[in-house]
Amino acid sequence: MGHTVLELAADGGKAPAAEAGGAAALQLAEMTVSYGEKPAVFSVDARIPARSMAAIIGPNGAGKSTLLKAALGIVPRLSGKVTVFGEPFRQARHRIAYVPQRASVDWDFPTRVIDVVLMGLYRELGLLRLVRRRHREAALACLDRVGMADFAERQIGQLSGGQQQRVFLARALAQGADLYLLDEPFAGVDAATEKAIIAVLKSLKEAQKTVLCVHHDLATVIDYFDHVLLVNVRKIAEGPAATTFTADNLQATYGGRLASAHIDQLKLPA
Amino acid sequence: MMGSAFVQLSLTPILIGVLSAIACALPGNFLILRRQALIGDAISHVVLPGIVVAFLITGATASMSMLLGAAGAAVVAVLLIEAIKRLGRIEPGAAMGVAFTSMFAAGVLLLEQSDTSTVHLDVEHALMGNLESLIWFKARGWESLFDPAALAGLPPELPRIAAVALLMVLLMLVFWRPLKLSTFDEGFAGTVGVPTGLMGFALVVAAAVAAVAAFDAVGSIIVIAMFICPPAAARLMTNRLEVQILWSVVFASLSAVLGYVLAGYGPLWFGADHAVSAAGMIAAVSGVILAVACVAAPHRTRLGAPKDAG
Amino acid sequence: MTMVDTFLTALMLQAGYNAALVALGAGLLGIAAGAGGTFLFLRKRALVSDAVAHATLPGVGIAFIVMVLLGGDGRSLPGLLLGSAISATIGLLLVEWVARRTRLAEDAAIGAVLSVFFGIGIVLLTVIQTMSRGKQAGLESFLLGSTAGMLYQDAVVIAVGGGLALLAVLLLRRPMTLVAFDPEYAAARGLEVRLIDLAMMGLVLGVTVIGLKIVGLILIVAMLIIPAVTARFWTDRTEHVVLVAGALGGVSGYLGAALSASAPGIPTGPIIVLVAFGLFLLSLFLAPKRGVLAALLRHRRFQLRVHRRQGLLALAHGEAVLDPLTIRVLRRDGMIRGDLVPTEAGRARAAKALRDERRWEIARKIHQDEAIHGRYDGLTPIETVLTRDEIAEIDRRIGRPVVAGGAA
Repeated sequence: MGHTVLELAADGGKAPAAEAGGAAALQLAEMTVSYGEKPAVFSVDARIPARSMAAIIGPNGAGKSTLLKAALGIVPRLSGKVTVFGEPFRQARHRIAYVPQRASVDWDFPTRVIDVVLMGLYRELGLLRLVRRRHREAALACLDRVGMADFAERQIGQLSGGQQQRVFLARALAQGADLYLLDEPFAGVDAATEKAIIAVLKSLKEAQKTVLCVHHDLATVIDYFDHVLLVNVRKIAEGPAATTFTADNLQATYGGRLASAHIDQLKLPA
Repeated sequence: MMGSAFVQLSLTPILIGVLSAIACALPGNFLILRRQALIGDAISHVVLPGIVVAFLITGATASMSMLLGAAGAAVVAVLLIEAIKRLGRIEPGAAMGVAFTSMFAAGVLLLEQSDTSTVHLDVEHALMGNLESLIWFKARGWESLFDPAALAGLPPELPRIAAVALLMVLLMLVFWRPLKLSTFDEGFAGTVGVPTGLMGFALVVAAAVAAVAAFDAVGSIIVIAMFICPPAAARLMTNRLEVQILWSVVFASLSAVLGYVLAGYGPLWFGADHAVSAAGMIAAVSGVILAVACVAAPHRTRLGAPKDAG
Repeated sequence: MTMVDTFLTALMLQAGYNAALVALGAGLLGIAAGAGGTFLFLRKRALVSDAVAHATLPGVGIAFIVMVLLGGDGRSLPGLLLGSAISATIGLLLVEWVARRTRLAEDAAIGAVLSVFFGIGIVLLTVIQTMSRGKQAGLESFLLGSTAGMLYQDAVVIAVGGGLALLAVLLLRRPMTLVAFDPEYAAARGLEVRLIDLAMMGLVLGVTVIGLKIVGLILIVAMLIIPAVTARFWTDRTEHVVLVAGALGGVSGYLGAALSASAPGIPTGPIIVLVAFGLFLLSLFLAPKRGVLAALLRHRRFQLRVHRRQGLLALAHGEAVLDPLTIRVLRRDGMIRGDLVPTEAGRARAAKALRDERRWEIARKIHQDEAIHGRYDGLTPIETVLTRDEIAEIDRRIGRPVVAGGAA
């Protein structure tokens, strides 16, 4: 398939979607999602480099979570293609771990912490294989990494918000994936949990994994992430945090919702 | 009471009652956790139009065609509810209300318009079942359990509901993991390859199969009551799904046995000489068990925050 | 007389006192049920009515037994209705108690109450059958309703009851609309939300009890739910939903009762429900805005719009168009040729799309208000957000159209 010959004075340098992909952990091409007649995400192209700590940033209602869920096929896409490590999404699904928003499940569900983490081993356990000692040990090790090993036998309803979030992260760790997609992992958690989570995420990056978070706290972006995707229904900007997380781009993303006084106080790339 | 008369008159109805209760309670556990408890209500209402249509088509009251008709109606109802929900963007409760009442009305109308009066096919039978009449004519006592000739004379409802109850147990064991996972966290389940939509539909179809098989013997009241009351009471007893399932089986069996005994012998204790509806009594006992659980069970209040509506 | 004649006679209330009263009663009841059910539906509690309806049965049985024990006939309709109202109230309170006090959700509470009360009701019916006077009690008619051979005074009770329920709707419609639409706002306005919820439930209870004799306890639920759901297809405004639902319920009740009166074999309850369901199906498919047909057309148009726009932007950026649907749309519009090369018109439209992107970019810098940022969704034409002068101002900043391959 040839490229189009039309060369307009556009923001050139953008590689055609078909060619790129080798090094990208997650690549979205022209993804549109709509609830009813209004696009929640419009024609977003994105390319999350492998081994990066990336964040999707944008105001409330900008379609950040929708973008993530549509990439995972949890909500239907109107158009668009998703590629994971150069492969179509379906074939690469086993390389992805997903951490949903805490509030998306009923925490009164009758189950224990360890059982939730074992859910991360679903691929390995399948329908009928018994949970063996090594599975339990693997699950416990994941709980240990998030500092929740002592809670393994607890009922999940007894956990605090931060503890719930850590359990979800432990479940994702149990999946042993290469790409971790987290939906608002820091929303409504205590400071200790936030610290614990970011430590785990950083260790993932050190282990050559890729992390992509939907993130809402602008103050921590520069400290936590090296790649950012700014969205507000459409993609506003994407690239290394150092060059992309700028006052201009933030203003373009948040519009009137972010007073310039606020931006001045933010920690921006030097 | 435990002699040959018991084997002949009460053993099979009790067994059928217990197996029906268990077959319905097993899927009921998941329906309750998925906030779909009333699917059981909807399914049991549409069984009537199903068997009426089956009768009008085949002209016979052969059990098999009736069962197929009822199962077909249950699937039609589920699809109709889903269609109304999706197409009209109507909340599930109201969609159910529209679908099952309309189908029930159509069933009653068809029934009244057609000449079914000769074949003992009536609304009350559909609602109450005929548990009391499922007796074992050929039994002469406990020894008949080892007599092939007597066993051949067992009411056909017994092997049928036994097969369905067994099927429910097997399905639950085989699909335990994906079922639990997609009930707890549907989004995550999808990302690890569980076909969540299919799982949900299969659960409802399994519930429909249980309802249809049980309905034939015990009527729709028990069906609704067993879908909901034993699992609901069991939910209040424990915080582990595995244990909850076991409790629900215990409560379902207890309701069936106690209900049957109370209906058959209770009135005699009060000096009356007629038994009362066993189906109704089983439902009532399950309600009493649930009521006791609501005021005294160890885990009767919520722990976690409810799921976010948005 | 043919059936059509008898139907018309019944429709004109000429088919005898009883038939006329029943038709009137069913019509009034239909209006009250439609309007009352709307509040329930908007509060997302439609199936509470199912519990209420099934919970009437033990009350009917107990009322009969008590009346017989007191030496009466046992079949007095007001007495039976009073009994049903009491047990339905208990059922309703139990649903609320279980849902509030235990970890069980409301749907489980509804299912438990309806099946258990119904079971107890059936037990009582079998008890009554064994009573000497119970044989002809005819209480089974409460399951499915029956207007055949109804006594004159029963018909009066139903007509008056239907009228009273309607009156209650008229009196309470304002506060109930407010609460159904936005309970928090209603509370802030100083309304007693709990009290109004209670009144709403009282209304539902009244409708159920009055409807027992006509449509029976299983199908009265349909009269409370179907008209409300149907009305929702025709309007988005709460007050209008109430009105439309009332009208639909009234039409269903009246037509159904007349149909039933014109043919002895047609039971009243089911035919009323089926008329209502027919109206629902019509609305589901044909309603102008929310109907399925309209929604399908709209969705398809929207999808094509998205793909057209995405395709044009891809052309403008010189990217390959890969999506098959996008290719089809662009080709059909004459924007690209068979070999995917843009046509003259395609270049022009792509350039315009690109120019609009630039305009948006500037607009979002100049205007910081959310009204504009919120509309930047890729589809909203900038002309619908900014005035012509504002666009001209932006164009001045962008400069002369510097677009290759044809003017915008």
